[in-house]
Amino acid sequence: MLEALMAVAFAGALTVFLAPDEWAGRLAFALSLIPFVGSLSLWSGFEAGGNALLGGEVAYATQIEWLEVGGRSVSWFVGLDGISLPLFVLTTFLVPLAILSAWTPVDTRQSQFYGLMLFMEANLLGVFAALDFFLWFVFWEAVLVPMYFLIGIWGGPRRKYAAIKFFVYTNAASLLMFIGFMSLVFALGDSVSSFALPEIAQAVAAGDLGTWFGIPPNTVALFAFVAMFLGFAVKVPIVPFHTWLPDAHVQAPTPVSVLLAGVLLKMGTYALLRFNFTMLPEQASALAVPIAVVAVVSVIYGAMLALAQKDLKRIVAYSSVSSMGYVILGLIAFTEYGVGGATFQMVAHGLISGLMFMAVGVIYNTTHTRMVGDMAGMADRMPVTVGILVAGAFGYMGLPLMAGFAGEFFIFVGSLSAPALPYAPVFTALAMFGIVIVAGYLLSAMQSTLFGPFELETDYEVGPAAFHDVAPLAVLLVAIIVLGVAPDIFFEMIRDAAVPVVEGVTING
Amino acid sequence: MVETLPQVAALLPALVLAATGLALLLVDTISPDARSNTSMAIVSALGALGSLSVTVWFVASGTGSVDTGGAVTLFADAIKVDTLALFFIAIFASVTALVVVAAHDYFHDHDNPAAFYSLTLFAATGMSLLAVANSLAVVFVALEMVSLPSYVLVAYLKQDRGSVEAGLKYFLVGALSSAVFLFGISLVYAATGSLILADIASTSVEGLAGVLGVGVVMMIGGVAFKTASVPFHFWAPEAYEGAPAPVSAFLSSASKAAGFVVAFRVFTEAFPLRMAVSANVDWMLAFAVLAAVTMTLGNFAAAVQEEVKRMLAYSSIGHAGYALIGVAALTLDGPANGTVMGAAMAHLLVYGFMNTGAFLFVAMAERWGVGRTFADYAGLWRRAPVASVAMAVFMFSLAGLPPFAGFFSKYFLFQAAIDNGFLWLAALGAVNSVVSLYYYSRVVKALFLDDPEMSSALDAVDVRPTALYAAVVFAAVATMLLLPGFGPVIETAEAAASALF
Repeated sequence: MLEALMAVAFAGALTVFLAPDEWAGRLAFALSLIPFVGSLSLWSGFEAGGNALLGGEVAYATQIEWLEVGGRSVSWFVGLDGISLPLFVLTTFLVPLAILSAWTPVDTRQSQFYGLMLFMEANLLGVFAALDFFLWFVFWEAVLVPMYFLIGIWGGPRRKYAAIKFFVYTNAASLLMFIGFMSLVFALGDSVSSFALPEIAQAVAAGDLGTWFGIPPNTVALFAFVAMFLGFAVKVPIVPFHTWLPDAHVQAPTPVSVLLAGVLLKMGTYALLRFNFTMLPEQASALAVPIAVVAVVSVIYGAMLALAQKDLKRIVAYSSVSSMGYVILGLIAFTEYGVGGATFQMVAHGLISGLMFMAVGVIYNTTHTRMVGDMAGMADRMPVTVGILVAGAFGYMGLPLMAGFAGEFFIFVGSLSAPALPYAPVFTALAMFGIVIVAGYLLSAMQSTLFGPFELETDYEVGPAAFHDVAPLAVLLVAIIVLGVAPDIFFEMIRDAAVPVVEGVTING
Repeated sequence: MVETLPQVAALLPALVLAATGLALLLVDTISPDARSNTSMAIVSALGALGSLSVTVWFVASGTGSVDTGGAVTLFADAIKVDTLALFFIAIFASVTALVVVAAHDYFHDHDNPAAFYSLTLFAATGMSLLAVANSLAVVFVALEMVSLPSYVLVAYLKQDRGSVEAGLKYFLVGALSSAVFLFGISLVYAATGSLILADIASTSVEGLAGVLGVGVVMMIGGVAFKTASVPFHFWAPEAYEGAPAPVSAFLSSASKAAGFVVAFRVFTEAFPLRMAVSANVDWMLAFAVLAAVTMTLGNFAAAVQEEVKRMLAYSSIGHAGYALIGVAALTLDGPANGTVMGAAMAHLLVYGFMNTGAFLFVAMAERWGVGRTFADYAGLWRRAPVASVAMAVFMFSLAGLPPFAGFFSKYFLFQAAIDNGFLWLAALGAVNSVVSLYYYSRVVKALFLDDPEMSSALDAVDVRPTALYAAVVFAAVATMLLLPGFGPVIETAEAAASALF
């Protein structure tokens, strides 16, 4: 079933590549609905409990041996649990909307553009479904290739710089992470016979790490933790590894920004949760204070940077850095609500930042500027778009009954009572302060661009956006409210999968 | 081996190549009017593919494998057909097929293309013979049989100064290294009194270990020449750059692999690890040093090139360094000796496709006449999207990025080296891979992201050379499919290599 959805996205990519430009967009949209519908049926049929890596049930699992070298086998091993299913659904949900939002701005080489979007979807689904390290790594890296071309070919004026910076940063990070994980595998030696993540996670938990090239097991585990943390930190991104993000976001076309913020950043936090915090909880809690510090710094510093920006897209981009800081804080709290809330926040932030980027993109399509000072009173001319943008911004600020509130609330509940994190209340309070800054910059940016008398120098009439531009915004807003009103539709299964992770740390620590 | 066939049928893959080459030569000589570029190319491609199919059939049916009665030996042990040999013949035949198909378009206006095809097939025959050679005499004859047609092929564009100069340089270095190699063989013979590999291994070399050692060192020199490794690498950039691009593809993929089959078989069989340790002829250490220097030199030199073809030439030196890990990361009773050599073989197979494809893309650029530097490739994507995507696949795969086959082949090579205790060699390889990403991605950046200096620059792309396209696309598809299909390849290679220890 999982394979079928990925195969549809992949075959869709090939089909769209060969389709004529005139209807590539519509074809891509139609094809991207198939994985979405399929993932809804996966969701409704989902019954597994526990964490896939820690001996829980794996839903829709397939395991076929691929090859065996030097006594370790690599297999096609995919499956979902309560952590990966929400992200899987998020991906299939965002891709059709992102494709829809591309209809207006993308006017060159459409078939290649939409083909790459679908190709990226196939690989993103693979990242969240894969349970074998090699398979996961292949998908993880394969996401970079379409992203590189999407930014580098369809991006803004400085697209080349942004694309190469993105590629170099994330590839260097991947290498570091790869080395970190491999040192773990080598230190496990003969106690594992495959690269299956559950087997490796359980072997580490059982204390099978051995001495490797004379390095004691604890040092290897610490090295692996730090290397993987740094590698994933670039992807998340955590300050000070965030500098590629604003460049990539500002240069990328709107639909690509939507996927970059909505799904690609979640790859980083998802991987942190799966690898660092699930496999090496002991090292995580030993490093709890420094990690909490970088999390809080990301929250505050990201928000301050957003405060200083004039470009609407840069504002949203930096606020993503800030929001990802909350996720890290939730993870390091190592409580049911902390880890669960962090996962929930990944989904919530995926929807909200997707909405924000999309709305900014719709305004940009009309105004051809994103600078705060260049326009005012957009609410007069584009009432629906602006209305949804304002609603999304309130979601970002954590308005109750919207998804952002639920995510941040869970995280704060979890981190306030974090047993393994010294000074937990201090960190939580500092992070909460970030919300105030978020409210500050979002309100001031909206104040000056959206309200007041209309002002924009153009030689054409500025009117409401097309239906296919506004429709995805509305759909996203509905999803954000639904998830805010009834967080349990995801949170229940997330909690189910998060609890074993949390138990891991109480046993060891 | 299928029982009904006589023993000599085990040589069928090499015989098919030889017969095709002779047939082409015959037509070319008897009725020069009847020859046409197209028919010659078709016949030679069919010959190469025929040889490939026979080889794959033999591997699948277990000819010469340990499970089905062991290697087939012929002509008083001078020839030995085993899975290792068949694996390498598969590489040679695949590369030959790609090259002759591509050559059809490359030499479309050459006045005598026929000789190209027969020379290529003779060289491929020599390589196959090298793969099955079980005696140092056969090794030397086969080596010359590869080298002589290669010299001619490099200088094939005889009106082109670069091509002729490259041919001369290649010939001079080649003649020197052949002499060194032959002298090495004679010293080994002096020390052991035998040329058959297994007999050399079983002879006591008491008191003559010094002579043997000098002989082994000289033979390493011969291998280094053929594989374009340090210290006999300097002909490679010159020859690859000056030669017609399909010939560069052939030399850097197939001919290099032919050098490795000598290294893999001769050193492990004639001077087994036990003898190397007891007689203190530590060729593994020599290869380890060569591997380290070769991969580093190749990669760093490639990083500063401005011409794509020259960059690929240095990158192929770098890849020779990776493959040398297969004979460097060996220890007496090492747990992963077979794995590391098998991984090197698998890397050479994958490399055969991705490197040949990359050079054939250069052949296409030469056919269009767009120029040689990175800047000249700017924006080619707009006119030639399919070929450019294929080139991106080759570049990413050569750099060892997933999701392409080059990732697996490199990874398993390094993993096996670590399992055998050679962490430093694997770490150096990883560092070099990172460096290589820089220059490989420059090609991708030029093709896809850069704008040509003048918009008229792309007008050169005015033809669609069908056969060249087919060869490039096929190589790209193979590079991608070898990732999911890597299992049988690595398992065959590992089994073949393990039989040597």
